[in-house]
Amino acid sequence: MHIMEGFLPLNWCVVWYVLSLPVVAYGAYKMNIMIKENRDILPLLAVSGAFIFVLSSLKMPSVTGSCSHPTGTGIGAILFGPWITSVLSIIVLIYQAVFLAHGGLTTLGANTFSMGIVGPFAGYLVYKACMKRDVNMYIAVFLAAMLADWLTYIVTSIQLALAFPAASGGVMASFEAFLAVFAITQVPLAIVEGAVSALLFKHIVQLRSDVLLKLNVASPSVMKKLKEASA
Amino acid sequence: MKLEYITLAIIVAFIAAFAYVSSTGNHEWGGSDDMPENVINDLTHGSYHPWFNSVWVPPSPEIESLLFALQAAFGSLIIGYFLGYYRGLAKARAAATSEEQEGNLNARPAR
Repeated sequence: MHIMEGFLPLNWCVVWYVLSLPVVAYGAYKMNIMIKENRDILPLLAVSGAFIFVLSSLKMPSVTGSCSHPTGTGIGAILFGPWITSVLSIIVLIYQAVFLAHGGLTTLGANTFSMGIVGPFAGYLVYKACMKRDVNMYIAVFLAAMLADWLTYIVTSIQLALAFPAASGGVMASFEAFLAVFAITQVPLAIVEGAVSALLFKHIVQLRSDVLLKLNVASPSVMKKLKEASA
Repeated sequence: MKLEYITLAIIVAFIAAFAYVSSTGNHEWGGSDDMPENVINDLTHGSYHPWFNSVWVPPSPEIESLLFALQAAFGSLIIGYFLGYYRGLAKARAAATSEEQEGNLNARPAR
């Protein structure tokens, strides 16, 4: 999903920066308040950020014969919400743009928008909707993380299509062309990411259910049921 | 343990899919992040040129993979450290409460 340096026309770079920066700024503001109010959450915040670090560095081979990488933003979105996750994502994206020539500074706004904003927001909403319908918590985490991953790549396709509409067929035609690169390749990766996220979440539930309650990630009754099931 | 087995099965299936695909055809296994370049070339008939270059490019694939590995290592280190710390904390707490329940308060000096 990293749009390469210089591969978006200047006007689109500006558009995505303008859309992304306020979200990141608000996320940083929220993160600040959360950390001040509650020192207990710091380790989990670090774990969420570290998870994005690990997963976004793994380029895995997919069924289409090309490699892609997961995003790892689902856990952060579920624990701390999409605003704060956008801050964690932009840190990773800046690291990769500066040290790895992966992604870029001009495309940072666009990449933050897809990986740090749309993906986490989708994951967060899916998780909340699942919990409302009493879906098993780990299935909810699986679905949320999987969708956050997959949707990130769909958004990248949209961003590229908007910037490079086809001569015949316009944006829709080029959207299909970019989807062909990303959509199917990403499906197996998204499934793996969902499963690994659910597994990490299981450990967090077992070890720090008190923090999960504080963060309002699950209701006390759900938490009690899960702990009994795993005991 | 059930979730562990399901995750393991999914990862095994993923590896099997890779083994199957790579044995049935010639693939480059290139990064999907680099492929839009070709699509953009097709769409614009080669008229689009990147207008900005990366501020720094790792001088060799080895150095690039070093930096990617560092990224992953640093992340896993943090995850492992805190989960391990929490696990030890939970164990210590459980031991402390079971001692209390057994009325064994004198077994250990009060903190």
